[in-house]
Amino acid sequence: MRVALFVTCVNDTLFPGTGRAVVRLLRRLGVEVDFPRAQTCCGQMHANTGYREEAVRLARRSVAALRGYDAVVVPSGSCAAMIREQYPKLAGPSGPFADAVAHVASKTYELTEFLIDVLGTTDVGAYFPHRVTYHPTCHSLRGIRLGDRPLTLLRQVKGLELVPLPGAEECCGFGGTFALKNADVSAAMCADKVRAVLDTGAEVLCAADNSCLMHIGGMLGRQKSGVRVMHLAEILCSTEAVGVR
Amino acid sequence: MSVTFLGMPATRPFPRNAARAVRDSQLRFNLRKATRTIRAKRASVVAEAPDWAELREAGRAIKEHTLRNLDKYLVQLEESVTAAGGHVHWAADAAEANRIVADLVKATGETEVVKVKSMATQEIGLNEALLAQGITAYETDLAELIVQLGDDRPSHILVPAIHRNRAEIREIFAEHMSGWGRPAPEDLTDDPAALAEAARLHLRERFLKTKVAISGANFAIAETGTMVVLESEGNGRMCLTLPRTLISVVGIEKVLPTWRDLEVFLQLLPRSSTGERMNPYTSMWTGAAEGQEFHLVLLDNGRTGVLADEVGRQALRCIRCSACLNVCPVYERTGGHAYGSVYPGPIGAILTPQLRGMGSELDRSLPYASSLCGACYEVCPVAIDIPSVLVELRARAPHPWAERAGMAAAGWVLERSGRLARMQRAGGRLRRLVPRRLPGPLGGWTDTRDLPKVPEESFREWWDRTDGGRR
Amino acid sequence: MSSRDLILARVRRALAGVPDVEITRGYRGPAEDRPSAERIRLFEERVRDYRAVVHVLEEAEVAGRVARLLGGRGAHRVVVPAGFPSGWLDAAGVEVLADDPPLSAAELDAVDGVLTTCAVAIAETGTIVLDTGPGQGRRALTLVPDYHLCVVRAAQIVAGVPDAVARLDPKRPLTWISGPSATSDIELNRVEGVHGPRSLEVLIVT
Repeated sequence: MRVALFVTCVNDTLFPGTGRAVVRLLRRLGVEVDFPRAQTCCGQMHANTGYREEAVRLARRSVAALRGYDAVVVPSGSCAAMIREQYPKLAGPSGPFADAVAHVASKTYELTEFLIDVLGTTDVGAYFPHRVTYHPTCHSLRGIRLGDRPLTLLRQVKGLELVPLPGAEECCGFGGTFALKNADVSAAMCADKVRAVLDTGAEVLCAADNSCLMHIGGMLGRQKSGVRVMHLAEILCSTEAVGVR
Repeated sequence: MSVTFLGMPATRPFPRNAARAVRDSQLRFNLRKATRTIRAKRASVVAEAPDWAELREAGRAIKEHTLRNLDKYLVQLEESVTAAGGHVHWAADAAEANRIVADLVKATGETEVVKVKSMATQEIGLNEALLAQGITAYETDLAELIVQLGDDRPSHILVPAIHRNRAEIREIFAEHMSGWGRPAPEDLTDDPAALAEAARLHLRERFLKTKVAISGANFAIAETGTMVVLESEGNGRMCLTLPRTLISVVGIEKVLPTWRDLEVFLQLLPRSSTGERMNPYTSMWTGAAEGQEFHLVLLDNGRTGVLADEVGRQALRCIRCSACLNVCPVYERTGGHAYGSVYPGPIGAILTPQLRGMGSELDRSLPYASSLCGACYEVCPVAIDIPSVLVELRARAPHPWAERAGMAAAGWVLERSGRLARMQRAGGRLRRLVPRRLPGPLGGWTDTRDLPKVPEESFREWWDRTDGGRR
Repeated sequence: MSSRDLILARVRRALAGVPDVEITRGYRGPAEDRPSAERIRLFEERVRDYRAVVHVLEEAEVAGRVARLLGGRGAHRVVVPAGFPSGWLDAAGVEVLADDPPLSAAELDAVDGVLTTCAVAIAETGTIVLDTGPGQGRRALTLVPDYHLCVVRAAQIVAGVPDAVARLDPKRPLTWISGPSATSDIELNRVEGVHGPRSLEVLIVT
């Protein structure tokens, strides 16, 4: 099976530890991933801000980079949703680009989907002795419908105490450029999410999306709360031998 | 082309309205309490219906089919209503609808009318138009009464006074009821039951003596000519039943093909809107019922323009349940006034710019009044994909130049992996120079949130250096 | 061009070349079976959820129960539309107004209550539907008085909304009633009792 890692531009540039964790985790499970060097960004920011031309150019480039693999693994519910839900709309009903999109979209998996649905594993042999809460993120929850896959994986992690997040299904207020265009509403939403996280008493907040974590973590950090944010992949990658990160 | 009027003038852009609303702690508290109450109720009665997904799909398809054949069904509706003794009028815009209604009222010789809560008449500003003709319109729905007495604006489709709490409502009643009729009791408390009782007493006499009523309709059945109004308080029944003349102003998208179609919508609407298995009262009448004089005013006011839009036309499926408002995290924190239209919340953010166009700064900002979290789509009983329509409208709105420049630059960098890699390396070298607070529009982030630390090495650099971790 | 023609022309222009869609009715349709004890219990429970008062009784008990309920409220004058089984009023001892000739709204406002039958009742939603047929009267009768007592025969109770829609005649004025008048306009909390009858009492005759 030829597996490509679509690491996403946010992870590539700001959170390389997440990408490294995915590579190590999958290697531990016997899967060698390829990193197609031509990849950059899925184009979601442009698409969702109303810059369709740029978005289509980036979609074309991503599809070209990811074609020909048996599976594409994405450590981001949001970018996976972009490829699966929005690319077909950008590509239109027919034509060579639409065909290529349909092909790549059908092979694209968010990390937890790949682990559970493709590899058929729920216990990845991780060890993480901390109190953790999980934020489902909107595009993971309502976009690609991850359901309880992330929780299923977290429950198998040795030493990990999973605490439920009140109002988990509510948006953290990131929304890409929404956080800048409607900064006041975004901050108000984030403040409520931060309060919910603090109420759990968790040491670590995790999610399947670093952009939402960057948003919530930015406020947790500003408030000097002491709560760390971590991508789910980094928790699943941790073992007794390797430790965290 | 003239701009379609939607009940209030388009003013400042949404983010500025929202910023003010977010700082109003009383408003935030009222909205949070109300929307969370209704969310829980809706979720429980929807979960109770084992065939909700099938009802939703049928609701979507019936509405879609109706819109596809709207000309046919409007003509059929006209025939059915006329055959049942009613009169049908067509209004291309708000001004024409207001003129038709005013003329109908004047023909009765009356100067007072009672009104059932109706989005269509709010949209066209009917009360103000009637007042200019010497006709006073009395709102009879409790929330509309609160808005009218308080000289306020509606902020929610279903509960226009959702921004008011019980103490504020008590104040409004105590102060203003006397100016409109029977005063509030001297010892009025803020107990909701006492407030409802005050409204009952205030309006009782008016219901019994007023000769003309104005309503909207939730559904109009083409096959039979039957009009359907769902309500809770009985003010609707009072207006629909007691007066000699009834005038219903109904958007052209409210038509349903067959009587049977109600079996779907009478399940979808109450559970989605008030979170009840069924609302207390639903009235259905066909033509001149029980000897009443009945007029139906079919309203376009921009709807045919929306109908012509391939992506946006799904907004016309809306049955005004307001489930999308109640679940929206943005609406919950800003309230309805920030949207500058009688249609607030997610549905307003796609309906208003389509009906009114994107000529004003406010209307251009509405498609961005969403984090695209998708909660609205999930609860919509007719499956309007609001996030997709928002994205579509964003692609059409003209963008500010600074943003255009920024997006173009980002697009240029991301178009070649080499350019991205060079940017990443530069970022890694300069990472200690990133300020704690960013200038301009980016300051919206750093006012309340830290920036992430820029890593020394990007993922792709790590991959190259270590051969994907193998070295 | 008239506004009618203008609107229709705009509609046709907007729809040129747009494909039609198929309607799939995969939801639960009419049940069409006979009412069971379970359905009666469900109806009773759902009506009660609206804070209406419900009594389940046999035909022979109706007259006595009506008399007791009216007596308990101190009702002296009630409206009873034509077609309401007269035997059910035998023990009541109240002044009965027949709405013939029609009572004015003010007169209706002065009575102590109204007694009716119904056209159909829906178990799943706890709804009674009146169609102005025998025993139900015109719409104002069940609206203006503050107390409405409705007698439902078990055979009239259908399973769900699709059954009711199939049984009703849209040519008749219809009023669907689910509990007493209520509002959710204050903080979205339900409060019973606004403009319609504040008390709804339902007698289910088995």
